[in-house]
Formats: sequence, C-alpha cells, structure tokens
Amino acid sequence: MSDNSVRSEPAAVKWTVIAVAALFIGLFIVMPLINVFAQAFVKGWQAYASALVEPDALAAIELTLLVTAIAVVANTGMGLVMAWAITKFSFRGKSFLITLIDLPFSVSPVVAGLVFVLMFGAQGYFGPWLIDNGYKVIFAWPGIALATIFVTFPFVARELIPLMQEQGTTEEEAAVTLGASGWRVFSRVTLPNVKWALLYGVLLCNARAMGEFGAVSVVSGHVRGETNTIPLQVEILYNEYQFQASFAVASLLALLAVVTLFAKTVLESRVHDRKGGH
Amino acid sequence: MSIRFKHLAIAGLAAALVAPLAAPAPVRAADVTLLNVSYDPTRELYQKFNKLFAETYKAETGKTVEIKTSHGGSGKQARSVIDGLEADVVTLALAYDIDAIADKGFLAQDWQKRLPENASPYTSTIVFLVRKGNPKGIKDWDDLVKPGVQVITPNPKTSGGARWNYLAGWAYALKKYGSEDKAKEYLASLFKNVPVLDTGARGSTVTFTERGVGDVLLAWENEAFLSKKEFGDDKFDIVVPSLSILAEPPVAVVDKVVDRKGTRAAAESYLKLLYSKEGQKLAAENFYRPRDAEIAKQYEKVFPKVDLVTIDDPAFGGWRKAQKTHFDDGGVFDQIYSN
Repeated sequence: MSDNSVRSEPAAVKWTVIAVAALFIGLFIVMPLINVFAQAFVKGWQAYASALVEPDALAAIELTLLVTAIAVVANTGMGLVMAWAITKFSFRGKSFLITLIDLPFSVSPVVAGLVFVLMFGAQGYFGPWLIDNGYKVIFAWPGIALATIFVTFPFVARELIPLMQEQGTTEEEAAVTLGASGWRVFSRVTLPNVKWALLYGVLLCNARAMGEFGAVSVVSGHVRGETNTIPLQVEILYNEYQFQASFAVASLLALLAVVTLFAKTVLESRVHDRKGGH
Repeated sequence: MSIRFKHLAIAGLAAALVAPLAAPAPVRAADVTLLNVSYDPTRELYQKFNKLFAETYKAETGKTVEIKTSHGGSGKQARSVIDGLEADVVTLALAYDIDAIADKGFLAQDWQKRLPENASPYTSTIVFLVRKGNPKGIKDWDDLVKPGVQVITPNPKTSGGARWNYLAGWAYALKKYGSEDKAKEYLASLFKNVPVLDTGARGSTVTFTERGVGDVLLAWENEAFLSKKEFGDDKFDIVVPSLSILAEPPVAVVDKVVDRKGTRAAAESYLKLLYSKEGQKLAAENFYRPRDAEIAKQYEKVFPKVDLVTIDDPAFGGWRKAQKTHFDDGGVFDQIYSN
C-alpha cells in the first residue's frame, strides 16, 4: 500500500496493468494447461490410465526417458568441461567458442535434425558404411539421442559460465597452493561453488530434452512402438482421432512442465543466494 | 554440505547412466519383424490388416510375425526410406514415390510389374467432403474457384493425396476449357482459395474436421468415408464431382532391405495377402475400392460411380512425366503457387 503512495501512479493504472497481465497469463498459459488435463480426463480415470499403459505409449515413454538420460548426462559432462575451460583458462579463440556454444539456440530444430540425416542417412557421408556394418543411427534411438543432445547442448554451459566467470579463479588458486590435486580442486572447490547453477542447467536441459519435437521428428521415422518419443506419440494419436488418449499422453509433458516450474523457482533463489554470498 | 552434494551428484549421474541399460530392452518376441512404411490415411486399414496377416502367417508357417508401421505424407515417407528408414515393404500413395526409391537402387526398376494390377491391390479416387447440408452449394470442380470458398488440400510436394487432388482438377479443367493455359489458370485460382497446406492427407483432414477450417476438403474417398464414420453422418456430406481420377496406391517389397534382413519370404506373403479375398474384403470395409471382382460386387453400393481418368491418360503420360511436369522444382505447381 505504501508503495503506491511513493510511486505517483494512481491505483487504477496499477490494477489495470496487473489485471491485463493476469488475464493474459490466464488466457494463454493457464487455461490451455488446464485444458490438457480436462481433455485427458474427459472419459475418466480408467481411460486415462489405459491410454498411458498402452504398449505404443509405454514404448514412447521408455524411449523418451532413455534419450533424455543420455542427453542430460552428455550435456552435463560437456557443459562442465566447457565452462571450466572457458572460465579458468585463457586461450585464443575463447570468445569464438562461447559463440559456438550458443549455436543450437539459433539453429532451427528442423535444420538440426536434417544435419544428422545428411551425415548419417543412407545417402549421407557415413550412412552407407554404418548400414553395411549393421549400425542404425538415423531412424533409431541413437539418431534421436544425437539430435536431442544437439538441441539441448547450451543449457548447462550457459548457466555455469557467467557464474564461474564471476567467481574467478582465486579459490582454486588457493587450493592448488595448498597442494590439492586437479580432481580435488574440482570436486571440493569448483563443484560446490556452482552446484545450484549446475542443477538449474540440468533441469532446463531435461525439460527441453523430453519435450523436443522438431529435430526428433526429422530423425525419428515415426515407427510406432519403436522410434516415437512422447511428443511424437501425442501428434500421432491426435491425427488418429484418439483425442482423449492424445491428451492423456500430453498431460505427462504438461506435468513435467509444472514440476520443472516449481523446481526452477526453488533453484533460482538458491542460485541468487550463492551469487549474493560472493 | 559439499560432501553430501558430491555424493548426491555422483549417485544421480550413476543412476542416469545405468537406468537406460537396466531398462528392459524391447523384447523381440516375434520370429520375424516387418516394417511397413505407408502413407497417411492407411493407418486404420493396416492396423486391422496387420492382425489378419499375423494370424494367417502363424497358421501357415508356425512363426510369429510382428508388423511395425510408419505413416506420413507419401513423398516424405519415400524420402525417409531413401535416407535409410528400413522398410521391408512400402505401401505408398502413388507409383512415382516408389520409383524415386527404386532410382536410388533400393528395389528393381520393374517393381510395378511384380504384382498384379500395377502393384495396386486397391484403388481410390478423389471426392469433396463438405459441411452438412453443403451450405456453399459445392457440386463440381468449378465451384472450388468461386470467391469466398475455402478449399483444404495438403501440399503436393510432400503428400500423395494432394498430387491426386491436383491432377484430378487439372484433368477436369483441361477437358472443360480445352487448353493447358486455361487449366493452369483454373488451378492457380483454386490454390488462391487454399488457406493452409498440410504436409499429409491426415493433417488436412484434421484441419477440416476437427479444427473446423474451410468449406470443402479435397480428400481421398476412403478418408472422406472415414471422417463421416468418426464424426457422424450429421456433420459432413460427400460430394462426387463429375470427373475424378483413378488413384492407384501401389505396394512393393524393398529388395535391399529384405535381402539384408532375410525377411523376403514374409514381406512377399504380406503383400500377397492384400490381394486375397480376406485382404480385399478388409480394404473394402475401410473404404478402399477392391480389385477383386467378386468382392467389388459385394460392396458395389458403397462406392459411387464416377467418371475416372487414369494417370496413363495422354494428358498425363504416366507418373514419371506427370511428376516432372507438375511437381518437380520449377514445375507447373511452383509456377502457379508462387504467383
């Protein structure tokens, strides 16, 4: 209330602006989200549950979990290495490397998928050799994993780099002076300093990996029960007039979004505390 | 705190690494697995047909067979097979898409002669699906170019059904107006009335039926019947134009894939079953016109009589020529659609 008197805007303006913002969020974000669940349960619990344990849906869930696990582990590892290299050492081409990390954000996911088709497809550079030797990459889980890794690559590194830059190298230098080994410095000094930012990056990476549609669609081949991830399965069910089942599977992704949102809120405050403490 | 966090992180990473390995790998219970890469509207047909084949195959050979399927716009599906999607059989919307796969050496050039009836076990045609009561009074191809009529059709570049739609319209205009220039003009104004081009026939059907966009859907006959079945007779009417095209969706075994996988015998009997009485009956029940005279007679009443041109008509000169003239880069479709 006292805020209001300090700023000179009349209360009417303030409440109108808030109402417009709330209305917008309600209309474009909350309502569609609720609608997903409403549609999913339109035929009751039983239909909802049976849509989720249907073999093709289960296969899609399994594939999504597998691909996401691979992408998150790979990108967490690489993100740490990247951030470490960029913030703790100085070398030529550093700013170029930083730009490259952002590349997946600016490339359309469809193009990202096509790149892998051009490399590993039957008409691609490595495709004929792979096929002759019995390896399936495109239109199988490895291709889907590769495309997902590409699209979600920047999340972890992007979170770590600014924080580690801000923290500098003094603590690590102190540890080295005291005789700590490289691994010890990393695990006892660097990692604890960035843990919340790291988790935050992993969270975002995870959410995007599970929800990615475009790039995965290009390399999937859409074989039912084999190369469909959750988002692709949602599209297929929708196109087969199985609207309730489609929304039931979609509700998993919506649920993931809600969980991510809560975890994000918690982590965000931790990240800021950490920054504030230094 | 930091030590606890480290343990937590390591445990988490380890779990993430191990989880996929521990997750049960898809159990290959079946003796033979086939992949059928098909076009958009055949989803319901092959769902039922795959069951029929699994039973027949088990009875004949004692072996179990699992059939996987993939559906999408016919041209896009052909592209996927060319890029390495391991289809044992392809069941696409038109011969050119299988020609394109054959051109890359995946199957013999004469594939269309290896099975009866141009390797097309069922046929279909193009009809109009309109909203109940036909509020815009759409009777024939002429009505599609009237101002204020919204026409829904997929993209001829990626969809097989869309190419049949386009060629049926071309045949009508050519016959009615007598020159190719006039036919071009006709199609140009038709495509001006198209608000959205989906990549496949099913996408367009969903746009028209579920999202309620447009006044008329140019549809496969089977897709039009299916929409009426899914949404009820009180929602849509089918309008049969004065002239349409005989659509022959062909099927073929992909030599290179079945020889590598050792699945030729199963793949060949899969396609043969499509020509059997049971296969033909199933096709008819899913609103594809059967080739078998006896079954066709039984379902005579279902399918309206239409005046049909074929792709081998001199106006088109077969699929290779039609594809080159109309749909390849710089072809007639590009000329009319970019203007």
